[in-house]
Parts: sequence; C-alpha cells; structure tokens
Amino acid sequence: MSDDLTAFRAETRAWLEAHCPAEMREPVRSDKDVCWGGRKARFSSVAQKQWLDIMGARGWTVPDWPARYGGGGLSPDQAKIVRQEMADLGCRTPLHSFGISMLGPALLRYGTEEQKLEHLPRIARGEIRWCQGYSEPNAGSDLASLATRAEDKGDHFLVNGQKVWTSYADQADWIFCLVRTDPTNKHRGISFLLFDMDSPGVSTRPILLISGYSPFCETFFDNVKVPKDQLVGEINRGWDVAKYLLGHEREMISGMGTQGGAISLSKIALANLGAEADGRLADPILRARIAQFDLRAEAFRAMSERFLDELKAGKAHPAQPSMMKYTGTELNKQRYELAMAAGGSAALEWDSDESRQGAAARAWLRTKANSIEGGTSEIQLNIIAKRILALPGA
Amino acid sequence: MPMFLTDEQVMLADTARPFLADTAPVAHRRALRDADDERGYAPDLWRRFAEMGFTGIVADEADGGLGLGHVEAGIVLEEIGRNLTPSPFLSTAVGAVTALKGASEPLRRRHLPAILAGESIAAIAIDEAARHRPHHVGLRAERSGNGFRLSGTKRFVPFGHVADLLIVAARTSGAPDDVDGITLFAVPGDAATASPRRLADASLAARLDFADVQVDGDAVIGEVDGGRGPLDALLTVLRTGAASEMLGLANGAADMTMAYLRDRKQFGQAIGSFQVLQHRAAHLYCELEVARAAVLKAQQLLDQGAEAADRAATVAKGMVGFASLLAVQEGVQMHGGIGMTDEYDIGFYMKRQRVLAELYGDSDFHADRLARLSGY
Ligand SMILES: Cc1cc2nc3c(=O)[nH]c(=O)nc-3n(C[C@H](O)[C@H](O)[C@H](O)COP(=O)(O)OP(=O)(O)OC[C@H]3O[C@@H](n4cnc5c(N)ncnc54)[C@H](O)[C@@H]3O)c2cc1C
Ligand SMILES: Cc1cc2nc3c(=O)[nH]c(=O)nc-3n(C[C@H](O)[C@H](O)[C@H](O)COP(=O)(O)OP(=O)(O)OC[C@H]3O[C@@H](n4cnc5c(N)ncnc54)[C@H](O)[C@@H]3O)c2cc1C
Repeated sequence: MSDDLTAFRAETRAWLEAHCPAEMREPVRSDKDVCWGGRKARFSSVAQKQWLDIMGARGWTVPDWPARYGGGGLSPDQAKIVRQEMADLGCRTPLHSFGISMLGPALLRYGTEEQKLEHLPRIARGEIRWCQGYSEPNAGSDLASLATRAEDKGDHFLVNGQKVWTSYADQADWIFCLVRTDPTNKHRGISFLLFDMDSPGVSTRPILLISGYSPFCETFFDNVKVPKDQLVGEINRGWDVAKYLLGHEREMISGMGTQGGAISLSKIALANLGAEADGRLADPILRARIAQFDLRAEAFRAMSERFLDELKAGKAHPAQPSMMKYTGTELNKQRYELAMAAGGSAALEWDSDESRQGAAARAWLRTKANSIEGGTSEIQLNIIAKRILALPGA
Repeated sequence: MPMFLTDEQVMLADTARPFLADTAPVAHRRALRDADDERGYAPDLWRRFAEMGFTGIVADEADGGLGLGHVEAGIVLEEIGRNLTPSPFLSTAVGAVTALKGASEPLRRRHLPAILAGESIAAIAIDEAARHRPHHVGLRAERSGNGFRLSGTKRFVPFGHVADLLIVAARTSGAPDDVDGITLFAVPGDAATASPRRLADASLAARLDFADVQVDGDAVIGEVDGGRGPLDALLTVLRTGAASEMLGLANGAADMTMAYLRDRKQFGQAIGSFQVLQHRAAHLYCELEVARAAVLKAQQLLDQGAEAADRAATVAKGMVGFASLLAVQEGVQMHGGIGMTDEYDIGFYMKRQRVLAELYGDSDFHADRLARLSGY
C-alpha cells in the first residue's frame, strides 16, 4: 500500500474519531436509528442530524461521487478506506437513501449536466428523499410489461396509472418512475421520468407489511404533469436506465443486514443460553448452525469487497449484481432465522418495551422481503443462467 | 490491495493453465492409477515444474526462488486442482518451502536447493488421528546425544512414502494436547518406516512409523518446545493452498457440468434449457464465486503478512469445502447415468474432492474453529 494511502487512512480515522458523535457509533437497534433525510425528515436525536450534516458537508455520504455533485471526490481506494474505517469504528451510515444507492449512479451515467447539478448535491446532503416507481399490479417480475402511461403533450408529459409496493412513497419528496411512452414496443416503449411527489394528481395509500410496519404504498397518478426536461436518457429508452439502476439496487440489497454492522448471532445466543466451562455456546447444535452461517457470512463479505473492487476497476460482469443479490439476501434471511432461534421466546415479543417494540421479530419478518424486492431470487437465478452461464434457452 | 489479480498474476495464470491442461490433464491421473503407479506422481512432470520455476515459487530470491507469494502459488494450485494433477507441489513447494523459511541457514541450504531443482520432494507429517486435530501431537522427540530420538506414528501423509524430506510436528515436552512443547523437525525421508495406503481418489497417503529414530539436533526448525507458532503458520499456508487446489477442482467439475448441460439432449432439447437445472447451476456458480473471494482474501492476507490470514484461511478452507462438495454432487447428478461410470471423468472429481476436504480440516472442522476464534 502506498504511503499516500497510509497517511489518508490515518487522517480519515482521526477525522472520524473527532467528528462522529459517540451516539452514532452505537449499533443500530431499530428502524428509528436509520436516517433517511428528506423534506419531511424526522430525526430521532440531535446527534443523528449532526452526523448527517457533518458528513453531507464533507461529501462523505457519497465519498466517491465528484465534488461538484456534492460528493467527496475520492478515488476508489480512498473511498474504500473511508468505508473500512467507518466500519472499524462502528460509525453508523449517516444517510440511507434510494437517491444514493439507486438514482445517483443512474444519473451519473445517463443524466444531463443540468439534471446532475440539480439533483445529485441534494441527494448527497439528504435534502430530498426519493422513491422508486417501478412495480405495478400486473408488472412484477415481468417489469417490462408495465402500463402506467405518459403522453407527450408538447412541453410536458401527462402521466396516468398506478404503481404498487412503492417503498416509502408517502414519505418521499420525489419519485423516479418508469412509464410507458410507446404501447406497441414492450422494452423499447418505456421511459424514465423524475417528478415531485407534491405534483397535483399524485396520491399514495400505505400498505401494512407482515412486520406490522407500513413502509410501502400504492401510488396513483391522475393527470400528473411532468415537464419534458425531467426525462432521463432518451424517450423510449428508459429500460436501459432502469436496468442499470436495478444493478445498483441489487448491490445495495445484497448488503442488507451487514451495512452499519451486522447483528452478532453468537452474542445473542451467548446472552440467552450461556456458555460451557470451556467457553463454547451451551447449545451445541445451534452453535454449529451459527458457526456454519458465520463462515459463509465472512466468505460473502470477501465477495462483496471483491465485487466492489472489480466494479470500480471496470472489471465486473454486468450480471454480477444478480449474484450478489441472490447470495446476500438468502444469507440475510438465514441470519434472521438464526437470530430468532438464538433469541428464543424473548425474540417473539411484539410490543413490550424490553423487546424495543418487537424489534427482533419485526426485523426477522422484514428480511423475508429481501429475496423479493429488487427482483426475486428466482429472477436473479434466471439472469445468471442466461447472462453469465449462457445456458440454452435461458 | 484490490481483490483481483494483477496483470502479472493474470500472465502467470495464462502460463499455468495451458501448461497443466496439456501436460497433466485428468487422463494423466487416470493413467497413473491404471498403471498401479506406486509413487503417486510423475517425476518427469515434477522436473518440468522445476524448469518453469514453480518449485521455487514462494522461495525467497536470495535462496534462488521466484520470491512470489501465495496468490501466485494459488494460481498454480488452482490449475493442479482443475486437472486433478497428482503433484507434490502443495507439500513441497508450498508447505516445506514455507516451513524452511523459519529454519537455520545450514538447514535451509541442506534442503532448499534440491527442492528448487526438482530433485527432492517433501511431505508434511502432522496428523495422528483419523480426523484433523493438529494440536494433538503425541509423537515424541526425546533428547539423546546431540540430537533427538523420534518415536510415534503419523497418518494421512501424502507423498510420505516417497519424500526425501519430512516436516514433522513432534512433542518435546508435556502431554499430547498441551499448547506448549511442540517442536517442528526437518528430517530425511528414510527416518520413518512408511506404509502407503491407496485412497478412494487413487492418490497415496502414508502412515509413518518412527521407532526410536535418531535425528540431528540441527534438524529442529525454530525453537525447541516453541513449535506451536510455526506449526500454526504452516497450517495457515497449507489450508490456503489446499483451498486453492479445491477451488480449481470445483471449477473444473462445474465447467464439465455446464458443458454437459449444453450438449446433452433429452425431450428434444438441451437439458440445460430446463429451469430446474438452470437454477441449480446458477446457485452453484454463486457458491463458487463466494469461495473464490474467500480464497483470494486468505492468499492476499498471507502475502501481506497479516495476522488475520489465520482466520481467513479457516473461512477459505471451510467455504471452498461447501462449494466444491456442491460442485461434485451436482456434477455427478446432472450427468445422469454416465456420471456414475468410471470411464467418465466427473467421478474422479468427486473422489478427489473428498480427499482434499479432509486434508487440513474439512468444513465442520473449520466452522468449529471459527466459532472458537470468535469466542463461542
Ligand atoms: C418490501 C418490499 C419493498 C418493495 N419496494 C419497491 C419499490 O420501492 N418500488 C418498486 O417499484 N417495487 C418495489 N417492490 C416490488 C418488488 O420489486 C416486486 O415485488 C418483485 O419484483 C416481484 O414482483 P411480484 O411481487 O409481482 O411477484 P411475481 O412476479 O408475481 O412473482 C411471484 C413468484 O413467482 C416467481 N416468478 C415470477 N416469474 C418467474 C420466472 N420467470 N421464473 C421463475 N420464477 C418466477 C417469483 O420469483 C415469485 O416467487 C417491493 C417489494 C417488497 C416486498
Ligand atoms: C447404477 C445404475 C444402474 C442402472 N440400472 C439400470 C437398469 O438396470 N436398467 C435400465 O434400463 N436402466 C438402468 N439405469 C439407467 C437410469 O435409469 C438412467 O441413468 C436414468 O433414467 C437417467 O437417464 P440418463 O442417464 O440418460 O440421464 P439424462 O436423462 O441424460 O439426465 C441427465 C440430467 O438431466 C436431468 N434431466 C433430464 N430431463 C430433465 C427434465 N425434463 N427436467 C429436469 N431435469 C432433467 C436429469 O435429472 C439428470 O440430472 C441405471 C443407472 C445407474 C446409474
């Protein structure tokens, strides 16, 4: 490793130690500890807002975006060091955002300079919260069959239709939305639009999940006017943007359960079950299951690192995110099954204060969506079979 | 260090791949087996390894080696694994050369030149029980004259019956399971009485009996009674190496299987067009990629001299154990009836996988070890 990077690591660590509030170095315990920003942001503590502001100002919510778009302007190696040092010190992710993990990369690649300058800095500072309008009642896995219409009205598009499973649509400020602009062409009749959720004609209806929370919605568009300059990429070529964005979404979802520090199954189990005299977890079968899981999880961590390194160097296969998504989400579901076993009956409590309002059980149920959202596991396997393995007829 | 191969490493892979595919494909292993070969490897081929510089791949340049690292050794091992090549490369060029790095100058000079020249091969004698339990060392080394007398038995020693050099973990004090009191020795191959056993994969592993064998005092590697550290360091290297070889094996089996899925037709179509097989093939691919990352991580940490290499080697050996087992099971299953025949190569992969899995600890061993390292 070069001297420059060694010095950068030391500076980074010192800066993080000096600027990350102590509270923001404690593990995330429930959804409330996660900061999403946006016009309607509700911060759960002063420290949470401070941490977002400090990191946003430095561009380190997005360390490798260019500085002119609100990023840190760091090289891939430097950005990796920031991530590693944050993980090492247990710093929470200052901002969770579909803008960062999904829209940003797509705008960097397909957006006009005006679009980049308008949207990216606000994403970086957590000022605007985005939601994703892809799925529809009849367009799930077969996303390209979507039917929400956008008609060309000269200076604007007129959008009519319905989205579903739109995560946090009721709390988002803007939406990136797939619309049909040519009904005669399935894939080459889709366009990618950006618009304000406060636009007249947009309405949302929350849907309750099995976790008892309501993070997603039905989203309705009734004669919504969208200015023409809010189209990303070419008309009827939104599928390219959509797929590129999905790659980033899948990469993000693959890391669910490990970002900001994974729960430690052995700690939960040791606290509940105790240890033998030689230090081994008292339940030998659960111990073996956790050990096998941890082995896979550590191997997968190496895979995530490898994938990011390959991606930054332009060496990753375009279908790699499908592999990451499939493997990471199946692993995360297993992690939370084991967490329930390790927690025993205590983990089943749904609304007691001791259980932090059922945090364990709700988190466990939430993970079941990981292998559905962003394209199901089966769809990822289809993509791998076709794009990577090139199996016949796939 | 980014987690992909450097340009130089890619070049090495581009050299190693055709070299092993041409000189030592699975047919080579089959031929040795069918000839009831008693050595377990082909000396001609080993000399060619020396000509390529592979025998000195991790040896220091000052000692006449290439001075490369475990990523590079892993590249060669992967091709050995892919072709199921019977080769003393892991025990000699990786294991013994690593062990000798901690040895005195005279000891290094006695053994290294012959190894690098391809004239001498080495075996690693650690295990004594039916399952890998490396810190259980009962073979005794008692001081006697200006040397030691070795007595006891080692098992599952690949190339132990033909080795010119044996690296032996022995007990110089304490009881068999004590942490302290282990000493590493580098002794001549004829110090032990070897009985080779042919294993399921047609390779040979020896049982070594030491019956009060006198060895010189300068055969000690490192400190007397202080062998636990060097033994653990050697095991990290061997586990990483065995994982690299298994990774190659797993990819070899998977490649054969993918090709078969494209070729074999039933119901008027390639069997690879059935989604149930596609999904299993895709799942296998994912497992192999995760295993590859774990192996590369361990190799890179070893080359950085990082302490974390020990844990990473356990993750690598355990993960590649899972992935390679899946590769050979799916391999045989997806080949249908022909996969069960001796004539077809896929079965060779299955047998070899089981042997490599056992070597230096299988996935169960390493999951348990990871739990201990993690404090539960
Ligand atoms: C918590 C959560 C949050 C979400 N957030 C968003 C969001 O913010 N924005 C958004 O646009 N969408 C969102 N989604 C929607 C998500 O992308 C879809 O649920 C997903 O793409 C699957 O579509 P579907 O639900 O219609 O299932 P279907 O497509 O009907 O699938 C049903 C089952 O059939 C299988 N299947 C379908 N086709 C095939 C095939 N060809 N081969 C094999 N198996 C197949 C699937 O794998 C699945 O198991 C979210 C979903 C969840 C659960
Ligand atoms: C030890 C042994 C003894 C045998 N004894 C006899 C005997 O006494 N008499 C006799 O007649 N036969 C015998 N057989 C043959 C046996 O019945 C066939 O091997 C078996 O039916 C599979 O056919 P196959 O080998 O051609 O494989 P294939 O049909 O080529 O199958 C290859 C792979 O493709 C899969 N596959 C094929 N079609 C599909 C599909 N539509 N969807 C999903 N997957 C598919 C298979 O499951 C398999 O994994 C024996 C086989 C063995 C191994």
